Amino acid sequence: MNSVIPVLDPASPQAEAINDLFLQVLLISAVVFAIVSGLILIAISRGRRRDTQPDQNFGSERSEIFWMIGPVVIVIWLVAISAHLIITLNAIPEVAPDGKINFDDVDLIVTGHQWWWEVKYPKSGVITANEIYLPADKDKKFRVLVTSADVIHSFWVAQLGPKIDAIPGRDNFIWLQASKPGSYQGRCSEYCGAQHAWMNFKVYAVTKEEFQQWEASEKQATEQPRLLSPLAAAGKKYFFQATCPRCHTVQGTAADATIGPDLTHFARRKEIGAGVIENTPANLALWLKNPQALKPGCKMPDFKLSETNLKQLVAYLETLK
Amino acid sequence: MTTGSVEESQLTMLEPQPTSTRMLDWVSTLDHKRIGIMYILTAVFYLAVGGFEALLMRIQLAFPNNTFLSPEMFNQLFTMHGTTMVFLVGMPVLTGFANYFVPLMIGARDVAFPRLNSFGFWMFFFGAALLHFSFLTGSAPNAGWFSYVPLSSKAYSSLQGVDYWIIGLLIMGIGSVSGAINIFATIINLRAPGMSLQRVPLFVWMMLMQAILIILALPALNSALAMLLIDRWLGSAFFDPTRGGSAVLWQHYFWIFGHPEVYILILPGFGMISEVIPVFSRKPIYGYTFIAASSVAIVLLGYGVWAHHMFAVGLGMYADIFFAVGSLLIAIPTGIKVFNWTATLWGGEIKFNTSLHFAIAFLLQFVIGGLTGIMFAAVPIDWQLTDTYFVVAHFHYVLIGGLVFALFSAAYYWFPKMTGRMLNERIGILQFWLWVLGFNMTFMVQHFLGMMGMPRRVYTYADNPGWALLNGIATLGAVFMAVGTLVFLWNIFKSLHSGKIAGDNPWDAFTLEWATTSPPPPENFPVIPEVKSRRPVWDINHPEYADWKKEKTPEDKGRRGNLAKIAAWSFIASEAVFFLLLLVAYVVFNTKLMAPVGEASSPETLSDVTSSVLDVKRTGIFSLFLITSSLTFWVAERFLKAGKKSAFVFSLGLTILLGIIFLGGQVWEYTGLLSNGISINSDLFSATFFTVTGFHGIHVTAGVIALFVMLLMGLKGNLSSEKTHVFGAVGVYWHFVDVVWIAVFGIIYLGLLQ
Repeated sequence: MNSVIPVLDPASPQAEAINDLFLQVLLISAVVFAIVSGLILIAISRGRRRDTQPDQNFGSERSEIFWMIGPVVIVIWLVAISAHLIITLNAIPEVAPDGKINFDDVDLIVTGHQWWWEVKYPKSGVITANEIYLPADKDKKFRVLVTSADVIHSFWVAQLGPKIDAIPGRDNFIWLQASKPGSYQGRCSEYCGAQHAWMNFKVYAVTKEEFQQWEASEKQATEQPRLLSPLAAAGKKYFFQATCPRCHTVQGTAADATIGPDLTHFARRKEIGAGVIENTPANLALWLKNPQALKPGCKMPDFKLSETNLKQLVAYLETLK
Repeated sequence: MTTGSVEESQLTMLEPQPTSTRMLDWVSTLDHKRIGIMYILTAVFYLAVGGFEALLMRIQLAFPNNTFLSPEMFNQLFTMHGTTMVFLVGMPVLTGFANYFVPLMIGARDVAFPRLNSFGFWMFFFGAALLHFSFLTGSAPNAGWFSYVPLSSKAYSSLQGVDYWIIGLLIMGIGSVSGAINIFATIINLRAPGMSLQRVPLFVWMMLMQAILIILALPALNSALAMLLIDRWLGSAFFDPTRGGSAVLWQHYFWIFGHPEVYILILPGFGMISEVIPVFSRKPIYGYTFIAASSVAIVLLGYGVWAHHMFAVGLGMYADIFFAVGSLLIAIPTGIKVFNWTATLWGGEIKFNTSLHFAIAFLLQFVIGGLTGIMFAAVPIDWQLTDTYFVVAHFHYVLIGGLVFALFSAAYYWFPKMTGRMLNERIGILQFWLWVLGFNMTFMVQHFLGMMGMPRRVYTYADNPGWALLNGIATLGAVFMAVGTLVFLWNIFKSLHSGKIAGDNPWDAFTLEWATTSPPPPENFPVIPEVKSRRPVWDINHPEYADWKKEKTPEDKGRRGNLAKIAAWSFIASEAVFFLLLLVAYVVFNTKLMAPVGEASSPETLSDVTSSVLDVKRTGIFSLFLITSSLTFWVAERFLKAGKKSAFVFSLGLTILLGIIFLGGQVWEYTGLLSNGISINSDLFSATFFTVTGFHGIHVTAGVIALFVMLLMGLKGNLSSEKTHVFGAVGVYWHFVDVVWIAVFGIIYLGLLQ
């Protein structure tokens, strides 16, 4: 179950720090608003009853300066606490004297595509899409490199901390960390074209052991000769006859294109189409039947598959565990 | 400065004419009041269009997974809604009010340049029409009102919508800048005797600040638009990261324009509020100098905070802190204003009519928008909430809660002056409550939607807990605002027909526009009243309490300056920003050392061609011709002043010849490069080189044409020695073009700054 108001329900030290700052500024704002609106309402209610010409007061420098003290103090205080937090949350890795970034420190590479997220673990070589697995750990921060393959997107998991834009030709960095296990909703928050609304992803924070298990099973190049049902075998044949491999990868097979999401472990994913629907065989059939009906404008065309081919493909894709 | 249409308009008053002639009167008018009304009416029309677009979007978002609009349609609608509200409603309605009231408030008979004024309006009018023509082509712009690249580049927006957007904005931009130059020159030059700059009404002061902002901020947008258009039409790669271009440069340029644009919209609102509150508190404005000075501070700071729109871009912590400091500092001058408005109300004899209702709502809502603005200036909070519905709520609190409410307040305040009749107060209060309720319903809940994780600009959303309810409330609020607007229109029509007769000064107000009839005659004032303080009409009506007896304000020393030169200088100030930003783009793209942290530095994407292909010596020689032409121009100016006609004609002819020789050199250079296969779409060097030198060449050509006109005038004897200031104004431009070339030559040919 996701949080209802994720910004106010932080689940990482980074998000907590931002939340604390937010609540503090909210409080200051509430006080300022109460004072200003109170003064205005008093002035109005008293002034409405007055019916003599008021004193023609042109103002005084002294009172201007006096009233300026409050805003000045608030501004100085806000500069201090924001600057402190900006420095604390900085995730840019060490830069060598030659200006090169040390990429060994990168735990995760997230690449925005129209309209899905490619997720790569450079240390283990695991590649997936629209979901990120993390060990829930108070002490381990993942350094994430965020970039884009096409237009500008923005990577945002409200409960886990700040957002950062995914910009083509540019490497941005951010910390990702979850204090406690759970699933956290992520979204693209920079307008990126027709299907900006459906460019969601989820972060699954699991125990250390679960994470290692997950990583190990993702690493297996899948298409080990596995016993396929006749239907699935037919689906596999059709997969390679049709245009599927021109966009998708299934590791261990001839399909190695990177235009669409990697399908190596597709059947284990929880959602289809970057959050449009849950990943069940029935929904998968619905998706394959016409992706444009579920996600109008997405890059996967309507292939007008026959019922037979549809069943075969679903059977095959369901074996990609 | 007469309009030439005085007799005609007297005729219309005497005998009713056929409608077509009256229409033609309006279309051909040079009267600042009529042009002002045309601006306002066009803006109101587009307010209806933009509002209708918003309503459609709110219907789509009222329910989760709604299919009322397709994603393509929704994306076009929010792009057009934003563009319309900023460029087709906000700016023109303010220009309209400025046109109508600035001359009246400073005791002038018209604006400085009535023809330029009319030109500016029609540029706006046709630019706006062109933008909306895109709907008929089936592809309105759909890249958002700030059209971020690469989404707006040809690769991702292949339809013509973005092209209409670019051309429309460029055309309207020309109108805006000429309008701003006109207002600027009017305020500087045409103030009535006695009205020193420290005595102008605050609305006039704010319009002066706004004119400066427009003159200096719009060229940043123009330079970005020019580069995007060259990318889209000629295949260059300014904004294409796969060919070494930058996706971030657009954002910098857009917001260097875009942030001052916020103040372009809100400063006049401040000005209106600063007129309304004192009149209905029966007191002078509290702390005039502080309000005026804090606006100057806002103008200056406004240019240094653009990157607070880009905190999520990852500019690095030092840049983030720098822009956070700048943005938070703006809280101080803004706080000063709020304090002074409150202090003006304090102890006043409050006339709580519709106009003041809107002004008070402005104050409270603007404070909310300002406070959420402070939240965004605290960078980490921005990292959470930017690009969500929280930011949508924030800027609508500033622009609707602030600006639109100020406009309604001003409308109720000034309608009697413009029409001679009062608006109905009871209908006004009804409209007020519909708007306050509707506005806060729509936008207050959006703060929560943002915190609940709803990104802005999504065409639909999943049925997350609470989202449907809050979005439903927002949609209902929008309906209230729409009804409120209809009530307002009803009030206008009813009052035009049968409203109470206003008389010259129904509010016992303070400033000069109330010293004439309602509506004012074509030449504004029969006699311009004496100005001895900031409230001349108060002084006349309340001689025993006259301001000048109590509060001393700086005397008018009578300095007004030269109209032609002021216009020329403000025009080249605008041009200078344009060239400066093109040159910055050249330096950014042609400096190898520049590899900011985070930018993927791949040497192979840098330019293959460099400035080494240029023949520096040859161009250097041609540059000497151009620079010499400045000298010959100066000589020509001396001869004109001395009245030596033939010497003048000779040296001016020589100037033109030198300019043409320079252009010939440029043609020679271009031909050589093109024949070697180096064209604007080759790489980043060639793109920046051709763009900078090409725009310069266009300017030299325009200058040569202007000089040629001067030559013809000289030959015909129309350019007498008394008219040297007109010639001098052309000279300001010609020298400017030479100075730009010196910078271009230094940076591109000699490689300075690289």
